[in-house]
Amino acid sequence: MLLTITTTAKPATDLGFLLHKHPDRVQEFGQSFGMARVFYPEAAADRCTAALMLDVDPIKLVRSRGRSSPDFSLSQYVNDRPYAASSLLAVALADVFRTARTGRCDARPGLAAGPVPLEITLPALPCRGGPELAARLFEPLGWRAEARAVPLDEGFPEWGDSRYVRLALSGEVRLADALNQLYVLLPVLDDAKHYWIAADEVDKLIRAGEGWLATHPERGVITRRYLGRRWALTRTAFARLAEVGDDVEEDLEPPVEEEPAAPEHEPSPPPNASALESAALEGVESEGVESPGVVPQGAGSPGEESGGEPRVPLSTLRRQAVLAALEGLGARSVADLGCGSGQLLADLLKRPAFARIAGVDVSTHALAMAARKLKLDRMPDAQRGRLELFQGALTYTDRRLAGYDAAVLMEVIEHVDPPRLPALERVVFGAARPVHVLVTTPNAEYNVRYEFLTGHRHPDHRFEWDRAEFAAWAAAVCERYGYRVVLQPVGEEDPEVGAPTQMGVFSRAERAETGE
Amino acid sequence: MSSEISVPELSLVVLVGVSGSGKSTFASRHFKPTQIVSSDFCRGLVADDETDQAATGDAFDVLHYIVGTRLRRGLLTVVDATNVQWESRKSLIELARSHNVLADAIVLDVPEQLAIDRNAVRPERAFGPAVVVRQRKDLRRSMSKISRDGFRRVHVLRGVEEIDAATVSRERAWTDKRDLTGPFDLIGDVHGCRSELETLLGTLGWQIERADGRAVGATHPEGRTAVFVGDLVDRGPDSPGVLRLVMGMVAAGTALCVSGNHEQKLARSLNGRKVRVAHGLERSLEQLALEPPEFVERARLFMDGLISHYQLDGGGLVVAHAGLKEEYHGRASGRVRSFALYGDTTGETDEYGLPVRYPWAEEYRGRATVVYGHTPIPEPEWVNNTICLDTGCVFGGALTALRHPERELVSVPAEQVWYEPVKPLAAAAGRRDPAVLDLGDVAGTRHVDTRFGGRIKVREENSAAALEIMSRFAADPRWLVYLPPTMAPPETSRLEGYLEHPAEAFAEYHQAGVGEVVCEEKHMGSRAVAVLARTPEVAAARFGVDDGGTGAVYTRTGRPFFTDPALVTELVARLRHDLAPLWEELGSDWVVLDCELLPWSAKAGELIRRQYASVGAAARTALPEAVAALESAAARGIDVGTLLDHTRRRHENAARFRDAYARYCWPVSGLEGVRLAPFQILACEGRLLATREPHAWHLGVLSRLESELIAPTRSVFVDLADEASREAAVGWWKALTAEGGEGMVVKPAQFTEGRVQPGIKVRGREYLRIIYGPDYTESLDVLRNRFLGRKRSMALREHALGLEALARLTEGDPLWRVHEPVFAVLALESEPVDPRL
Repeated sequence: MLLTITTTAKPATDLGFLLHKHPDRVQEFGQSFGMARVFYPEAAADRCTAALMLDVDPIKLVRSRGRSSPDFSLSQYVNDRPYAASSLLAVALADVFRTARTGRCDARPGLAAGPVPLEITLPALPCRGGPELAARLFEPLGWRAEARAVPLDEGFPEWGDSRYVRLALSGEVRLADALNQLYVLLPVLDDAKHYWIAADEVDKLIRAGEGWLATHPERGVITRRYLGRRWALTRTAFARLAEVGDDVEEDLEPPVEEEPAAPEHEPSPPPNASALESAALEGVESEGVESPGVVPQGAGSPGEESGGEPRVPLSTLRRQAVLAALEGLGARSVADLGCGSGQLLADLLKRPAFARIAGVDVSTHALAMAARKLKLDRMPDAQRGRLELFQGALTYTDRRLAGYDAAVLMEVIEHVDPPRLPALERVVFGAARPVHVLVTTPNAEYNVRYEFLTGHRHPDHRFEWDRAEFAAWAAAVCERYGYRVVLQPVGEEDPEVGAPTQMGVFSRAERAETGE
Repeated sequence: MSSEISVPELSLVVLVGVSGSGKSTFASRHFKPTQIVSSDFCRGLVADDETDQAATGDAFDVLHYIVGTRLRRGLLTVVDATNVQWESRKSLIELARSHNVLADAIVLDVPEQLAIDRNAVRPERAFGPAVVVRQRKDLRRSMSKISRDGFRRVHVLRGVEEIDAATVSRERAWTDKRDLTGPFDLIGDVHGCRSELETLLGTLGWQIERADGRAVGATHPEGRTAVFVGDLVDRGPDSPGVLRLVMGMVAAGTALCVSGNHEQKLARSLNGRKVRVAHGLERSLEQLALEPPEFVERARLFMDGLISHYQLDGGGLVVAHAGLKEEYHGRASGRVRSFALYGDTTGETDEYGLPVRYPWAEEYRGRATVVYGHTPIPEPEWVNNTICLDTGCVFGGALTALRHPERELVSVPAEQVWYEPVKPLAAAAGRRDPAVLDLGDVAGTRHVDTRFGGRIKVREENSAAALEIMSRFAADPRWLVYLPPTMAPPETSRLEGYLEHPAEAFAEYHQAGVGEVVCEEKHMGSRAVAVLARTPEVAAARFGVDDGGTGAVYTRTGRPFFTDPALVTELVARLRHDLAPLWEELGSDWVVLDCELLPWSAKAGELIRRQYASVGAAARTALPEAVAALESAAARGIDVGTLLDHTRRRHENAARFRDAYARYCWPVSGLEGVRLAPFQILACEGRLLATREPHAWHLGVLSRLESELIAPTRSVFVDLADEASREAAVGWWKALTAEGGEGMVVKPAQFTEGRVQPGIKVRGREYLRIIYGPDYTESLDVLRNRFLGRKRSMALREHALGLEALARLTEGDPLWRVHEPVFAVLALESEPVDPRL
């Protein structure tokens, strides 16, 4: 809500000319979400400070927006936007200092053209990535950045720091550049925008970044966050930035996400947790999943161990293993239970041997995404006829699940609460009773090989089993429902802890074997 | 001369006759227009031309579809088509059979010339006499063998006079005894255990009549009717004695008996058919050989005449030897009879050479209670409103009876093992299945009938959303017997400084005719439902949970309260201990409580930190600097107007906001610091306390509990007609909210039926900062513009659904019946509604 800009250039009151705002008046600029005001707390010859104060009306903000607002916090009246320096402040700044941002100043052209000593303070800057990120983004631009974390609540010290920092910048910077940098970097630090990101955002970014963004070492982060992780747009921007700078396009895509290592080391869409998948998946070829507290791993899977040659992502290995097993079993009809956004379905469709394919998920959102990714509406009839997509829950029996040669539960069971597993077993092995059931699940023993992992590989995992636990479960299921199982590792096997993923291939035991 | 034609109440009636024989006229005279499906009409439907012969194929597809749908739904249907060819009749008979209904044919035979003349005067039938001649030739050819087509009966009406004079009556199905309302004593497989049967009848209060010392009949002084589920004979010591007694009871009208597979086989044997003499048939034959031939003949006729099943008590009770799935109730076909006698089998046999039975009862969703025998089990157990009474008396088990409608089981033990079982009894017992729910129980657009709110519609997309929540996050459905309704605030207050005030709540109830309300302190915690069973055995018997669990505590969206299951177990254990006085007080071994779990931070900690504390932190940091900047400007003589005051006030609001949430946060570790505030005892064995007892009773019983874990709920009662009483309550509310309380809930003092809100929450002024933002007091005029309609309607619907679930639970309904309304509450919750209300 507050931004102050101070100069100690002599005479300091020339700041009024540079900003095109008179130091002795309070000037108001109406915004769609409230009122922006510029006034000068101090205006002396040696030091002059302009304050941009934004009065956000949270109720107006909520009522002017639909429920599909991209920034969830906006749909709440209890909202930090009236206090924090967010994209709203960036928008107000762009509007209020429109002329100053262009660097035009007829009264003091020389002053506007060159660096001036500036101090900028932002008392409550939402900063995803902490004070360090603020420093990393501003310091390469010639600022000394002093960022101090704001505690969440002094009454509850155990709660730790909030996501806000008090940021004080000082340096010799051209004022227009300073304004443009703030315009771009405020929403980047906040990592949330209050408006939908449209294609013209790329233009806005390129324009505002003129002269500093193309050479900024963190341009990858800045671009990606500014464009709200819309991959297609990010690629366009990368390409255009590459034209501006000397880099080639690929180099702009950092190999790893900029933020602290995420718990999800083997990104795969949780089939049951698909609702958590955000728009980040749209157009993204990687399988990054953005869920609260989890940072997606960007394109490809980071080489978490050695960082040597590029590795095949575990999720790909897993799909390959499942497909090989299905082909080995000679399955003609396959139900992918917990199909998520349909990656396995796409692989199955490419193989005509699979004549009948069903994609089942509990999330209608996941099914819609699968339909979109598989381009269901444009699929030729012959191929379309092989595929069925429908909502189902593995804790409810469902006659539509019966009659398949094989059912695949790829990374599904660990999303089910242990007390509910018997229900799943009954639905799959007892009621649907496919000839074969393929189950993959993480091997918990392997978790020690993930450097930064604490807890489970995904926040929605209700358990992760070691090999003995999985084997015991599989044996019990076989006993109860008349199946045999073959267990096999998926992914590179570690001599000590085994492979990252374990797979059980269950086959219905012949009746003769259960009988006399 | 007049012919009386009688057709089964539920049947397919196939009219047969040439064009112009008067079928349509005949049909419209004897049947309702909606019962008649004519081929001409169907031809018109698919071709806009009733005479377009090219459309005949499609027209008959449509006709078959309509007829099939009607038969599936149990409606008598008349096919008005010529049906003079065998092929067309055959396909209709097959259609009837596939829906397990009988088919009758009515042949209208008129002189050829009459038909030709009739057609000649109808312009739409300008096809000339040749067609009629050909059809008559077909009919002639048919008549010699139509009786072998497979119709139950073929009624032939010859000539116009006979046709005009004929009457058509409806015949009740043999299985239809819906007019008998009992009460009934249903008796399981006797298998020749006459002595045990006499003992059981005695225990049930029957008086046995004897002739020559032998039991030949029985009557019950209260006029009860006995119903035998079949398998009276074979294996046991005295099958003739059992037959004598039961035949006497049936003849006297004091008993009914359906056929068991053993009667069927014994009768076939007595009829001279070749059957394999095994499974105890040999004993019956030996015993009957000692009886006089007249008795054997009577017994043969009796057993031959036994029918597959009965519908009793208005359709609410179905008895069949091996059970019967719902679509077969009241139907007649070989398939139905075979199901009723032998049950559903998978076609496989088990290691003892016995057929593997298909678990039809697990899939049973009918409203009628189905009582059966056939498969010996150690203990009778209700499965989806069905029960097997065969407790293997002849194998040394017991002979069991079920009293209907009392649902009481009465058994007498076998006097000895009369026949060695092929496989041990226990091995035959079905493993109890975990929460057998089917997607069909919850998915799609649903209409849930509730006793307190009528029929409530759940939209498909809401069911879909709830399915995800239910299957990903919810507690075990066996414990999830209730979800609390949402609660609406009062109409918005116009009082200066207030958005909500008790006055509106009082006015609303007063206007609705409620005389007295209770105001209960609204604990600022998280809504919790506690389901507690006295012992693991009660949990298994009453909730079907056999993993040793004794209860659950879950949130208002059905999620377990703590992610650590050990904490839930500990909480349940402590609650069971502390609430132990309730078992005696309520006379129940289980209880469902509506509660609030404190502190708020126990469940909402993450939300508080992410949402509330964050806003507080930003405000606390930004506002002082803004105030300082404005003060500096003002000190320079700049006119900052009201901005400085406004910003200072916002700073104060931010501090109040911080205090508002911080008040409801205290650190908990494990269960340390956690408290539960129960405010209503929703249900216990046999009683829906939520509607039966006034709030004063609930609060009274709960206040007598002594426990550190249990927090009391303060309350005041208000006589709405008394202004002073109302004012006192307003004062109470003000005091409560001034010291930081969330507010209060106003409810009618007694359960009130109809469209009266079950409760209205009146939230405190400071508390509302958490809901509407720190500065909401600056924008009251805008906020007053809020819409309560949807929230209020949701509250009513969810309330009715929640009570319905509890009512079904107390009545002992199967899991899917309890789950249906619970799921519906969750589905309604996914309807968009202003979350601040």
